[in-house]
Amino acid sequence: MSLAAYPRIADWITAQDGLLLVRTGKVDIGQRISTALIQIAHEELGVPFNRIDIATVRTDKAPDEGMTSGSNSIEQSGKAVQCAAATLRATLRKRLASKYGGAPEEWALADGAIFLPGTNHRFPVIELIENLGKDDLVDPAALPVARPYQSPPRPRMRGIAEMVRGGHAFIHDLDVPGMWHARVVRPPHVHARLNGVPETARARLAAKGLHLIEDGSFLAVVGPNEWPVVDQAQKLAIACDWDVGKGLPETDVFTLLNASKSARFHAPKAAPTKGPIPEPLVLPDHTARYERTYQLHGSLGPSAAMAQWSDGVLTLKSHSQGIYPLRESIADSLGLALEKVIIEHMPGSGCYGHTGADDAAFEAALVAMAHPDRPILLKWSREDEHMWEPFAPAMAVELAAKTSGRSITAFSAEVFSDTHRGRPRPGPKRAGPGKLLANRFRETPIGPTPAAPNMGVHAGMHRNLDPVYAIENKRLVKNLVPDLPHRTSAMRCLGAAVNIFAIESFMDTIARKSGADPIAFRLSHLDDDRARNVLLTLQDQLSHWPDLTEATGRGVAFAQYKNAMTRVAVAIELTVNDMAEIQLHRAAIVADAGRIVDAEGLTAQLEGGLVQAASWALHEEVKWDRDGIQTRDWDSYPVIRFDNIPKVSVTLQDQPDEKSLGAGEASPGPTLGAIGNAVFDAVGLRLTRLPFTAASIRQAAYH
Amino acid sequence: MGARHLVTLTLNVNGEMRRVTSDPDTPLVYVLRDEFKLKGTKLGCGLEQCGACAVLVEGAPVLSCVSPVSAFEGKSITTIEGIDANDTGSRVQAAFVTYSAAQCGYCTAGLVVAATALLDDNPSPNRVDIAQALTPHLCRCGSHPRVFRAVKAAAKS
Ligand code: FES
Ligand code: FES
Repeated sequence: MSLAAYPRIADWITAQDGLLLVRTGKVDIGQRISTALIQIAHEELGVPFNRIDIATVRTDKAPDEGMTSGSNSIEQSGKAVQCAAATLRATLRKRLASKYGGAPEEWALADGAIFLPGTNHRFPVIELIENLGKDDLVDPAALPVARPYQSPPRPRMRGIAEMVRGGHAFIHDLDVPGMWHARVVRPPHVHARLNGVPETARARLAAKGLHLIEDGSFLAVVGPNEWPVVDQAQKLAIACDWDVGKGLPETDVFTLLNASKSARFHAPKAAPTKGPIPEPLVLPDHTARYERTYQLHGSLGPSAAMAQWSDGVLTLKSHSQGIYPLRESIADSLGLALEKVIIEHMPGSGCYGHTGADDAAFEAALVAMAHPDRPILLKWSREDEHMWEPFAPAMAVELAAKTSGRSITAFSAEVFSDTHRGRPRPGPKRAGPGKLLANRFRETPIGPTPAAPNMGVHAGMHRNLDPVYAIENKRLVKNLVPDLPHRTSAMRCLGAAVNIFAIESFMDTIARKSGADPIAFRLSHLDDDRARNVLLTLQDQLSHWPDLTEATGRGVAFAQYKNAMTRVAVAIELTVNDMAEIQLHRAAIVADAGRIVDAEGLTAQLEGGLVQAASWALHEEVKWDRDGIQTRDWDSYPVIRFDNIPKVSVTLQDQPDEKSLGAGEASPGPTLGAIGNAVFDAVGLRLTRLPFTAASIRQAAYH
Repeated sequence: MGARHLVTLTLNVNGEMRRVTSDPDTPLVYVLRDEFKLKGTKLGCGLEQCGACAVLVEGAPVLSCVSPVSAFEGKSITTIEGIDANDTGSRVQAAFVTYSAAQCGYCTAGLVVAATALLDDNPSPNRVDIAQALTPHLCRCGSHPRVFRAVKAAAKS
């Protein structure tokens, strides 16, 4: 897809001033895509790492690759860069061979040079590339270079040396002459509107040399120094007179997650259709319902953006994962021509999906347009991010199965959820602007945009709803539930986290009830050899783990992300202590991500996904009441910390001749399943609602 | 109001005496970042809950996002930018690089500072000691397993 829109080599790789510049529309959000792209160019062209760089991702310069999400970067951008580099290699070899002799394959590339061994024909690769035609096309069939060695590459992570010295520039660190700081003054909750700003509060701001931006109920404080802006914005939020209306709805979200008002779709092979919904299974042998409450992305560094409005052009810096759709939505919101809005990506804190990044960019734009020619750096507070980021939706999954002996003969899954697509994407009825938070509060409000069902394959809530197991008769249904309490959007794995948790808990239950070993039971439902190898490798590792002690349990789970990407098996060992708290001891991950580009980066993604999922499983829960969101910081919204990190081992099954597969979201689903299964193994309780807090474990024990 | 509250303070930052004119109630991290342009210290919560803003004060780890700058006059402050003046600090940095102990890197400066303080205090910590020292710090990317490996390696080297 990336290559089809950008077919020229120069769209992906250029050479300039002795450097090879890799161009991409994908942004590095801590997933090490830039390290992987550099590794690919290095392997194909033999250019040393320190002579390869990644071009800044900017809407007016880089290829538009849409969103950086869904673990697609390596399969889209990675594939494009690999083909472009492989085409370059073939072109250089062919030209030099016809000029100086030798067969094209005899020409070798290493240390930045291309040479014919045994002769003194040796040329610098970068210079040759500089002199190639600018319109040469990428050969989409160009094969990656054969790997001369066994072990997959482990390139040094781009940026790490700066990170440990505090020198890696995040968007929060921007500091340019004349810059002012801005902070939004938030209402108590999303339904509150401004009655007025008291005169005393205005006077206090003026006395401090600060300005107030007002557009309906959208308020922001702006001024030259950061701390007074931060301090006064917080005070002003309390001083303002807000009409709080009826407040937030307090209904239990899990009772709302049902089919009565939902848009329902039959989704065979996780591809929604408009066809009739098949009848439920008659007299199933097993049924269960699994749930997860609203959770946060909870970036460590709150969202931020820089904006400047000069000569009719709005220039933004943002850590959004989708700077192209964001640009369209901002241009539409402000009535600007598209080319009058330029967005450049800059690193933010790790995001794991759609956070406040896009909203912050638009808010910075609103402030900047009120103060022409002045660079504005707008940052969200911790409380802003906790209360106002779009949450991962609350979900429910209802499963049913018929079995015969030790095999599943029929299976049904129904998923219930709000949308996972809250990103500001342009669409009918100003859908893009309607998804930018500030637009709801402006004088002329826009939005919220009602959710439209995502009909993509393995998209949204139905990602991994289809078990990867060989079961003949499957009934898969998605339910988009309207009118739920909170704004929601994409978080790492989308529906796959909860769907895999549900399926893998269910597999465990059925295996145990039919007297089968959980791994053997899964193997008996798997045809795919690569999947089986992953599970068999895990099984072998587990046989070396020491015997279990009291109240300790082990659980395993398996999934293949989107039934097409990385295959991952996870084992977890944990204890449930006397306080009903879960203590994680050890974890093993076995993964097959195809041809490995960056083994260290891949390992880090798999480990990081396991830790994040452990945090979801043990702690994470958004709470609210009529007066607003009550989880506003890391005390009221606890997350995993260093005192409960298991020892993790990661085993990679390299497949040098297969294509490279996305892995950023492959481990969380199986981790959730493995933790639930380990809790059952430890104390005999089947927990079906995430998170598994001590209170919920105690409650399950009483029932 | 406003300007009349400003005072001039002298701070010892990374071995250098530096003067700043500031509202004495400003939390230290804003002075480090905005006045001294030492942007390595991060702000994650402003509530002493996440560890992103850790610096050393007289060699001990301190969160800099709440306590007012006036409380630090006359004390020696080390930020991530100055941590390599200490041999332990540069060992910790090297180990974090070797073990790729970061993903987005937002938590990294705080962790390097805390790990340096730990190793200065206890040159051969076990896993529990490391966990205890780092529990005030959050990492949302899940770099924890690599951070454990890096701190252990720095202790041995
Ligand atoms: S910013 Fe100081 S502890 Fe979070
Ligand atoms: S590496 Fe991203 S928060 Fe720790």
